[in-house]
Amino acid sequence: MDILRNLASFLADSVRLVFRGNRAYRIWVAVLLVLMAAGGLAYANQLRHGLIATHMRDQVSWGFYIGNFTFLVGVAAAAIMLVIPAYVYDWEPIKEITILGEMLAIAALVMCLGFVMVDIGRPDRFWHIMPLVGRLNWPQSMLAWDVLVLNAYLLLNWFVVTYLLYCAYTGKHYIKKLVLPLVLLSIPMAVSIHTVTAYLYNGLAARPFWNSAILAPKFLASAFCSGPAILLILLQILRKTTPLRIKDEAIFKVAELMAYTMGFNLFLTAAEAFKEFYSNTEHVVFSQYLYFGLKGHTTLVPYAWASVACGLAAFLLFLIPKTRTNWVTLNLGCVLIYSSVYIEKGMGLIIPGLTPDALGEIYEYRPSTTEIFVAAGIFATGFLVFTLMLKAAVPIMLGQHTMGKGHPAPAEPLDPAP
Amino acid sequence: MSETQDPRSAGSPAGCEGCGSGTSRRAFLGTAVAAVAGALVGCNNDHVEDFLQHNFRELSKAEVEEMIARLEREYKAQFGREVHVGNEPPLPGVIFGYALDLSRCIGCRRCVHACVQENNQSRDPQIQWIRVLQLDKEEGVDLRHADQYYDPPEVPEEGHFYMPVQCQQCKKPPCVKACPVGATWREKDGIVVVDYNWCIGCRYCMAACPYGARHFNWGEPHLPVEDLNPDTHLLGNRPRPKGVVEKCTFCIQRTRKGRYPACVEICPTGSRKFGNLLDPQSEIRYVLENKRVFKLKEDLNTQPNFFYFYGV
Repeated sequence: MDILRNLASFLADSVRLVFRGNRAYRIWVAVLLVLMAAGGLAYANQLRHGLIATHMRDQVSWGFYIGNFTFLVGVAAAAIMLVIPAYVYDWEPIKEITILGEMLAIAALVMCLGFVMVDIGRPDRFWHIMPLVGRLNWPQSMLAWDVLVLNAYLLLNWFVVTYLLYCAYTGKHYIKKLVLPLVLLSIPMAVSIHTVTAYLYNGLAARPFWNSAILAPKFLASAFCSGPAILLILLQILRKTTPLRIKDEAIFKVAELMAYTMGFNLFLTAAEAFKEFYSNTEHVVFSQYLYFGLKGHTTLVPYAWASVACGLAAFLLFLIPKTRTNWVTLNLGCVLIYSSVYIEKGMGLIIPGLTPDALGEIYEYRPSTTEIFVAAGIFATGFLVFTLMLKAAVPIMLGQHTMGKGHPAPAEPLDPAP
Repeated sequence: MSETQDPRSAGSPAGCEGCGSGTSRRAFLGTAVAAVAGALVGCNNDHVEDFLQHNFRELSKAEVEEMIARLEREYKAQFGREVHVGNEPPLPGVIFGYALDLSRCIGCRRCVHACVQENNQSRDPQIQWIRVLQLDKEEGVDLRHADQYYDPPEVPEEGHFYMPVQCQQCKKPPCVKACPVGATWREKDGIVVVDYNWCIGCRYCMAACPYGARHFNWGEPHLPVEDLNPDTHLLGNRPRPKGVVEKCTFCIQRTRKGRYPACVEICPTGSRKFGNLLDPQSEIRYVLENKRVFKLKEDLNTQPNFFYFYGV
């Protein structure tokens, strides 16, 4: 019963923390809520008219939504980027920020599920895909696998984060025998969510652009540079706005790891391009459409080269120790890496896989206004989830808000006496 | 897991794999979920039943009959006209095969129109199950030179030949493998069908299909009542809802009653041959025996039961 009472108080206190905040916090949350409302309206419109409100059609039957989904699976997987050194090598400076990585994974997974929900034609039949209740075509369908691993990863991260915070809140030390195996389990799980997502495309012989063994390694390489790019910027913001102490050393170490993963990512891109353009079979048309355009259709060309250019520039910035440890160039590198991978997954993966289509037709897809608004709404939801989690988690992690100490003091002007 | 299943052929009333406790547990959970949802939105009975509807392959005979009665009620309300929804099972000893003579086809697209009329496709937005490709004689079957939107005053056009493409009814259908919820499967007579009441509209099957044979209802399908074909099949040409995938079924509503598909019947050049692959006397077997056939994208090992040949 003690546990139940503690849990209730933990939850209640977390909610109280979330509702308190300075002006900047309130404005930020308000902006996110406005974006969510705009996305909600756009989605309502899409629900009413059907997916015809998007620019997807039979030829390009997946587009911006699934591109974003794929990118965010990568972000979620990247949480382990921090877990590996923290726990395997017991590397102290990173340990305290691991929990932030896991919260980022939770927020990313919420967005992933959001993008899947808005992409399906019959969201009212969502229960068909739920294990036990519906009828999951497992183990045949890679999508069925993806449903399972994504949900398992979400549960795992949610449990670890909640448990660690709960322990900090009650002032007890967490049980290492419970946490360590779970954290170690999250490493193969993170690899598996992005591998399975890559196999989703990889397994389709109908689409030669995806049907390449290099796809899963490339997914992992790109995820392990883009995920931490988001985190590095967040860590700097947190350092400034909260008493959370994050050492420079930790940030620079992560940046160094990112240089290697970005280098590997670029190498894989080059390997794929070599194979396509040198052997020059009929399957080259997809890469041609992406990088040079096909029969005068050039929608994707600027995106393709922007992604390559951003990736190369960021790789150099992170490789050279001088620019890696300079705050201006470090943050520039983060933005460049994020842009490179986001453009590549959002525009350069799904669309060229489906263009030209199975019968050789070129349908030039670009997202509709509805798609962009709905996507903005989902991103806002993810940011809100992350913001609220941080808002409650940081004081608890810092021990400022524990059950004994930080119990909502009557001095707080929250509930004025009647 | 076998890809060829048929609830009506096996001995038990629900005659399919996964019956027994698993089904009843699922049915119970599904009912619970649906009952809550139904209560929340406060729909009428048919809507709740619609929502509750389980995968076709898990339904008992009685449940299929209930489903058909409900669908017929819904269609009558929608179109103001009686619609017959049939449920003819695969004929024993039959696997359907199709062959298309590329040297005869003139690209007139009468098959496309006959198919749309027969199979109740949405007229707005337009859905067509047959796509006719215009190809260059000098390039042969090279899809990089394919044009689906040719529109000359007269066909055939100089220097071109024509290749209609529709569902190839693969023996190893990648779409069936892809579907995360088992809403599409291959029947015993070789026809790949979709359960329109179970499809969640994720379109993974469309990405998996190498023939562009699967089509999605991007908007609310519009079918004027005067264009409605009231003779339908549950797994075939019954009117479809928004947000689900559909495809050619070899006119399941006709062929399981011994008739030809609409496209075969209409073809003015006799390019289209259809029949039972298991019957040595059938026309399809004659084509396989006496002509040299090929399969579209045979390198993908989808093993179509749809063949192309050069008859003259």
